[in-house]
This record gives sequence, structure tokens and C-alpha cells, in this order.
Amino acid sequence: MSTPVLADDLGLCLCHGCGLACELGKDHTCPRCGAPLHRRKANAINRGWAFLLAALVFYVPANLLPVMHTEMLGSGSDSTIGGGVLEFWEAGAWDIALIIFIASVGVPAIKFFSLGLLLFTAQRRSSWAQRQRSQLYRGVELIGYWSMLDVIVVALVAALVQLRGLGTIEPRPGILFFGMVVVLTMFSAMSFDPRLIWDHPGNDGGRTDGASE
Amino acid sequence: MSQTEPLIICEYCDAVYRRTPLQRHQRALCPRCAGVLYRHGSLSIQQRLALSITGAVLLLFANLYPVMTIGMQGLSNSATLWDSVLILSSGSITFIALVMALAIIFAPVLQITLLCWLLSFALAGRRAPGFAVSMRCLEGLRPWSMLEVCLLGALVAVIKLAGLLDVIPGIGLIALAALSMLIIYIAGRDIRDLWEQV
Repeated sequence: MSTPVLADDLGLCLCHGCGLACELGKDHTCPRCGAPLHRRKANAINRGWAFLLAALVFYVPANLLPVMHTEMLGSGSDSTIGGGVLEFWEAGAWDIALIIFIASVGVPAIKFFSLGLLLFTAQRRSSWAQRQRSQLYRGVELIGYWSMLDVIVVALVAALVQLRGLGTIEPRPGILFFGMVVVLTMFSAMSFDPRLIWDHPGNDGGRTDGASE
Repeated sequence: MSQTEPLIICEYCDAVYRRTPLQRHQRALCPRCAGVLYRHGSLSIQQRLALSITGAVLLLFANLYPVMTIGMQGLSNSATLWDSVLILSSGSITFIALVMALAIIFAPVLQITLLCWLLSFALAGRRAPGFAVSMRCLEGLRPWSMLEVCLLGALVAVIKLAGLLDVIPGIGLIALAALSMLIIYIAGRDIRDLWEQV
């Protein structure tokens, strides 16, 4: 596979605001939309790690603390995210249990693992599986916000079940931490620069300087 | 503007390509990293504006009418999207209410408003006042607009409650379903074409 011409070699840069190919002049702003231009996102790896680690820390209380409090006919109970999945599973609704499990446990776990892998390999300047890592990044971008599902479900259920005397459901702090995990992993993915994956030419079509015509 | 306009840079691996016209339903892929470079823009400005106005109407319905109503032993209660934001804002977890409000109310409202604003001027062949700022806002809002997640959330909530109480889906839920599909279609990356068209 021949390596295509790279924007970096031509002194060009993609504007993230409007998608124009800009010349990297003195003033680092896009001539068309005025967005600031960066050759690469600033401190991509450090910021990525910082947000990812913060998300990991918040993931602990998100799973341990109750996300909602149910008060039905005088008896109250707290439920955690894992508890909600189990409840559906035991009631025989395995399909709903699976959706919630994927959204609240599967997606964050996949995101932690993928972002960690991307950051680690980019930091090591690895040229391993570049194409697949690019695809992995696009996958992380795509599944990013689906974990908000739990937050939305709790909010809707709590807003609905407000029957004084019969039953009420209230949100509990676990949901705050869970929402923070989602937001922080989204920030982590946004601060990572996928072009870093390709900055170090690998063995497949090693780019030699000046021979890219 | 400049001679760099026909060039397209892959946002995932920084490779440079020359733009070529695409057929309907075609999209250009980067051969190096397999990322999508651009798609064929199949909607005209007129069609987009029509869909944006439809979106605005659906947005009104989705926000003004309850998403669902529950009933139990003669008592009933219904909730709109705004009610579900408010319930989170009580107590120590106010921050998540802000995120929720952004994700399911403010981001979609801004997206639809900006689209209507930009497209109605574009229809007349002009750039709207604040064109560049509005276009960049649309770009920045896209990841934070989570109506499709909200739709799935509402459906899960229906099933969650259906065992305990009577649940009646409301007009808001139907509007939400239509709107979440529509907004993916009209507020996607294709909107960048406007830079070239007007």
C-alpha cells in the first residue's frame, strides 16, 4: 500500500470547525470559519489520561451508591445499577436486562479499555494495527453517549412515580457519579487526537521523507 | 477563497485527497484508515429547511406534552421531559440535571433553531448573520444532543414500570420518536456543505 500525501508534509491542517483544508500560516485560525487551528490537539495524551482516570475513579461510587430510592406502600428500598439489571433478569425480562447491562456496564467497560489502549499505544508511538486502532476510535466516538441511558431512565421514572401515599421514586447520588463517568469519558475521547495513531510510520508502507510524491 | 478548497483531509489520519463528485448514496472512504471522508449530500436546501421546520413542530410537541402517564388505583401522574430534568435538580445532584437539560432539551432546541435560521437565509442564497458562529455551534452541539438515547430511555422506563402500574405513552413520546430520527438525518456532518453552497 502506498502512503498517501500527508497534510502535515504540505503545511496543511484540517479545520475542526468546518472541515476546510487550511494552510498553517502565522495566525492559527481558519480563514473560513474563524476556528483556531492546531496541527494536533494540544496535550492530547495527557488530557486523555486525566479525563479517563477521573472517570475510572467516579465509576466506583457510580456502582456502589444507590441510583434511586423506591417508596412503595410504606416500605422503602434503595437500588443500585447492578441491582436494576438483576431485578429484570430475575423477573424473566432478559432482553431488557441485557439492554441495561450493555448500556451501563458493557459500554463503560469497553470505553475504559479502548481509550486506555489507544492512549497507551499512542504514547508508546506504536505502529501496531494502525488501521484497526483508527476504527476502534471511531467506535468509541459512536457508542460514547449511550451510557446516558441509565441517567435518563432514572430521571423519567422518578418524575413519573410521584403518587403521594401510594408510591414515590427519588433519584440518589449514584446517578450523579454515573453521569459524570459518561461526561468524562466523552471528554477523554474528544481530547484524544486520532491522527497521533498514524504519526509514526510503521512497517506497512514506511514513508520516507521526500518520496511521498 | 484559496486553492486548498478542492482538497479534503482525513480527520483520522491526516492524509490529503482531491475531492471528486459522488453519486447518490455513495461515500468517500480513506483507503489508509477506512474513515469516512465525506458523503453525497442528497438533500437540497429546500428539503432540509422543510425537515427542520418539521423538527421544530415535533420539538414543541415533545416538550409540551407529557412523555407518559402512569396510573395506579385511581391516582395518575404524567411527566414531560422538563419534569424529568427538574426531579434531578433537587438535592445534592443538581449538576447532572444540567447535563440532562443540555442533552435532551437545550442542545436539540439550539440545533433546530440554528438550522432553521441558517437554512432560511440559505434558501434566499444569502449567508445568515452570524453564519460562521452558528455553523461552529452546530458542529460543537452534535455530540451533546442525545434525543435518540432519550427515546430508548423512555422505552426502558415504560417497560420498567409496566409491571407495577398502568403506563400510557403520551403524545410527547411519539413526537420524541419521530424527532430523534429526524435530527440524526438533518443535523449530521452533511451540514458542512452549506459552506460551499452559500
